[in-house]
Amino acid sequence: MSADQVAFLVLAPISVGAGIAMLLQRNAVHAALLLVVNLVTVGIFYLMLAAPFLFAVQIIVYAGAIMVLFLFVIMLLGVDRAEPLEEPIRFQRTAAVLLGVGILAELVTAVRAGVGFRALGPAAFAETGADTAALARALFRSYVLPFEATSVLLIVAAVAAMVLARRRPAPATAEPEGVVDAEEAAPEEVGA
Amino acid sequence: MDLLDWALLLGRVAVVFAGLLVTVMLLIWMERKVIADMQTRMGPMRAGPRGVLITLADGIKLFFKEGIVPAEADRPVYLIAPVIAMLPAFLAFAVIPFGTSVTLFGREVPFQLADPSIGILWVLAMASLGVYGIVLAGWSSGSNYPLLGAVRSSAQIISYEIGMSLALVAVLMYSGSLRLSEIVEAQARVWNVIPQFPAFVVYLIAGLAETNRPPFDLPEAESELVAGFHTEYSGIRFALFYLGEYVNTVTVASVAVTLFLGGWRGPAPDVLPWVWPLLWFLAKVLAVVYGYVWVRATLPRIRFDRLMAFGWKVLIPFGLVWVLLTGAIVVLPDVYGRGPVVAGAAVVFGALVLASVAAPLLRPRPAAEVGR
Repeated sequence: MSADQVAFLVLAPISVGAGIAMLLQRNAVHAALLLVVNLVTVGIFYLMLAAPFLFAVQIIVYAGAIMVLFLFVIMLLGVDRAEPLEEPIRFQRTAAVLLGVGILAELVTAVRAGVGFRALGPAAFAETGADTAALARALFRSYVLPFEATSVLLIVAAVAAMVLARRRPAPATAEPEGVVDAEEAAPEEVGA
Repeated sequence: MDLLDWALLLGRVAVVFAGLLVTVMLLIWMERKVIADMQTRMGPMRAGPRGVLITLADGIKLFFKEGIVPAEADRPVYLIAPVIAMLPAFLAFAVIPFGTSVTLFGREVPFQLADPSIGILWVLAMASLGVYGIVLAGWSSGSNYPLLGAVRSSAQIISYEIGMSLALVAVLMYSGSLRLSEIVEAQARVWNVIPQFPAFVVYLIAGLAETNRPPFDLPEAESELVAGFHTEYSGIRFALFYLGEYVNTVTVASVAVTLFLGGWRGPAPDVLPWVWPLLWFLAKVLAVVYGYVWVRATLPRIRFDRLMAFGWKVLIPFGLVWVLLTGAIVVLPDVYGRGPVVAGAAVVFGALVLASVAAPLLRPRPAAEVGR
């Protein structure tokens, strides 16, 4: 067995286990941490598949930025208790189950049919020179317009979120008290 | 790879790990001595000659202290947080080339644990993981001061990471490679600190914030938060946080040396050709760390809102503009030739100087002055 295989056999159960444990976990912070474990192990798989740039992106963007923001929000809003199991939207659970089954079926069919990656293994990537430089060439030469369009889209989304979340200038008496406990904040205040 | 290769690899990992530990030990001693000297005190004098073993003594003391887990703490997270805080700091150092190479048992052994094609991105990835230790420690302590420290810290580190990334982007555009060994190669003629001086300044400031060093040590501001995120920690777990912070300082300084100060490059005589690069690297890292200690001894702690305002309104826009300029410097000579670009840059620069001189003259004078 090669070193890659040993690493895979060690990490694959951790990855899947962390994913399942995340779903079963009631505590929001623990769930977020298990998701981080999952993301990091998937990142290491990318590394083993000779795609180091994907590894870096996975760690920096998902594990490093998005999950830290998740944790930040969880801690700031104090929602780290068990959530009440009521459906905020009607038929949400039914719809979720249906969608989940649909996506699973889609994934199974896609993997079985080998869409797009039938004949390519890690060796093929190494031969075609799918390294960071090649990726940069693809992004900034061949696909520069879609790439820039996506970045503009993201900026628009960020600005829109800021505008939507901006508080109206409150009257001088109603001073916000910094960290608002999620339980104490009345719904109409949040919506205002 | 045969058995000897594996043994050499393990040996390198062990040597780097031990080397980092010893460096941190001496570094803490140096920091205390330098600050003491700047305050005309003696500093630690008792353990070892001139107190050089003080860190060892402190470490032994901490090791034998009782480790307390607060009743309100989230036990598993509380226990693992110090390890998470320490690991990325060590891992980030793995890609730093701290010397050339030496031949051992007929094999060439490079003074660099790994040289992945993603180089700088590895450092960034590890830096972005480092925040977890602090956030989790603060949250899992089940206490208010640590929580506040953790919230501050995550906001601070995420914000300054952007500034740091922009500085790194400018350097990698200028050097044309992500690989750290190639970036050192690219500095054979002139160190990056000269053409990339603005990026160097941005990196050093962001580095201070990333390592929670004064004047950016808001996450553990003792005057307001007791000790911030590690208030509830004691014994060996506290020591791990301390260790992680100083390894981080060494790593940030090493990255600064590698990217801006020519890495291990320096004049070397022909005797023992592999020793000199090591010494040069060590000397440069020491110089950067000395600068950080100097800053700590000189500047008071910055207020938190000013820290965030500086990061977002000064450092990041400045970094963005510099990335843009670097792009122009790298690409334009290829497109239009060197001469026209230099001439154009001179014209723009001259216009800016003229404008800055002329602006005060043309500005309408205040009413009181006009009346006279």
